[in-house]
Amino acid sequence: MDPIREAMLHPSRSARLERRGKLISFLCIALIVLVVVAIFAFVAWHGLATFFENKINLWDFLSKSVWSPAVKDAHGNPEVGALPMIVGSFGVTFLSAIVATPIAVGAAIFMTEISPRWGSKVLQPVIELLVGIPSVVYGFIGLSVVVPVIRHVFGGTGFGILAGTFVLFVMILPTVTSMAVDALKAVPRHYREASLALGGTRWQTIYRVVLRAGMPGILTGVVFGMARAFGEALAVQMVIGNASLLPQNLVSPASTLTSVLTSGIGNTVMGSLENNALWSLALLLLLMSLAFNLVIRWIGKKGEMK
Amino acid sequence: MAKTKVITSENVKLHYGDFEALHGINLDFAEHEITALIGPSGCGKSTYLRCLNRMNDLIPTARVEGDIRLRGQDIYAPSQDVVQLRKSVGMVFQQPNPFPFSIYENVVYGLRLAGVKDRAVLDEAVETSLQQAAIWDEVKDKLHESALSLSGGQQQRVVIGRVLAVKPEVILMDEPTSALDPISSSQIENMLLALRHDYTIILVTHNMHQASRISDKTAFFLQGRLVEAAPTKQIFLNPAEKETEDYITGRFG
Repeated sequence: MDPIREAMLHPSRSARLERRGKLISFLCIALIVLVVVAIFAFVAWHGLATFFENKINLWDFLSKSVWSPAVKDAHGNPEVGALPMIVGSFGVTFLSAIVATPIAVGAAIFMTEISPRWGSKVLQPVIELLVGIPSVVYGFIGLSVVVPVIRHVFGGTGFGILAGTFVLFVMILPTVTSMAVDALKAVPRHYREASLALGGTRWQTIYRVVLRAGMPGILTGVVFGMARAFGEALAVQMVIGNASLLPQNLVSPASTLTSVLTSGIGNTVMGSLENNALWSLALLLLLMSLAFNLVIRWIGKKGEMK
Repeated sequence: MAKTKVITSENVKLHYGDFEALHGINLDFAEHEITALIGPSGCGKSTYLRCLNRMNDLIPTARVEGDIRLRGQDIYAPSQDVVQLRKSVGMVFQQPNPFPFSIYENVVYGLRLAGVKDRAVLDEAVETSLQQAAIWDEVKDKLHESALSLSGGQQQRVVIGRVLAVKPEVILMDEPTSALDPISSSQIENMLLALRHDYTIILVTHNMHQASRISDKTAFFLQGRLVEAAPTKQIFLNPAEKETEDYITGRFG
């Protein structure tokens, strides 16, 4: 057989390399997918046991406000109402996002539009530093500064949703700010030029064009921040009071899904109702993270379509 | 017959830091004429154009010297309101740059900046501006769709409509057709010929044919200098300078 024909019939060295590379990258992604699916399956298995094995009504779980899985109520059913934690988690998440967003957007405008040099030299490193501080440090500061201040001003113990909001707001601020900065930087220069050339002032250009064009990116940043706040456990646990009660106001002790999980998971026996109920909370957290992810993707898609 | 000068510029120099990009330009623009600025890339024609509405203010290192007047008013005077200047001297860029809003919102943008809220005034402005920009018939049924859904040539005409809505006196155009196909380009050229009756147009172009087709006057720039400015016919048929002739006949550039 002639050598060219011979060569054509067998995969070349580079073709083999190509196939090997494909295989390796496929294995990597397969491993990641496997891990994610396994975590989901595990959490769902234990989390759903509360409803299937222990026969807890799903609606009762979501809507009742007494959480003491070890105690049975008048009808002999265990008290596993997760509403206080759900309210606590969403409360701190939304409140911290509401406080953080305007400040983050303001900072991002300053860093991109008003003083880019200062922004990249001084503010960017500061924000990156804030991201790197471990959450226990935030919690500790919250415990020794924020809680006493709230106690002094509003009375009570000082623990509660307000303290959690303060700590979380500082924690998510850098995330939201840096994503808002990226969003504003990604707004094409020619939008700004067009607006200025039409007789727009700098401020008009910022709020009519730059903010509007950067809105999907800013919203994505806010949702990222909310996802982080929703999932944060340690710092919140240190300042929220950890009372599984429906919060009466912003300064009464409360709890979140994460704080109940971290404080309770070591004290229960695997397979018991107390343990299963905690897994149900974990499942709820996981589903919420998934929801946040979907929202982020949805915003991203809407942003592209314009 | 001496036409009224709308813009006069005398000894305009521009520095980027230590680098002098314009070496003293003297050029006047007559009312209701199209002036084409031609020259090879990097010759300073766009830079000069951006001096006329002070867009170079946006570049921190740029410094403008000399005297530029709009109807006798020094536009670099400390008392000059830049916002007001840019309303009188509109600008169209090389790349069509509509905002990511609807066509309608794009056109009324300048009016909204000025605080116009009356719906009837805005509607009226959209129709007249887009008609002047020769795009009304193509978009009148989809004014509330995104301007980004249009083709490049349509976008550029909407952008021109957006400038016209502000009712400027002078329109600066920085290679407005160089990103467009020949049909879109010729639509825009025809539109410019019609607009000339109401506006003073200053057009930077790389396209020699475009300059010869539509401009009344042509100015040839080379390496930051103004080599020659004269009626277009004269520049193309009988240039005074050797450099101009070499450039126009394609011997360099």
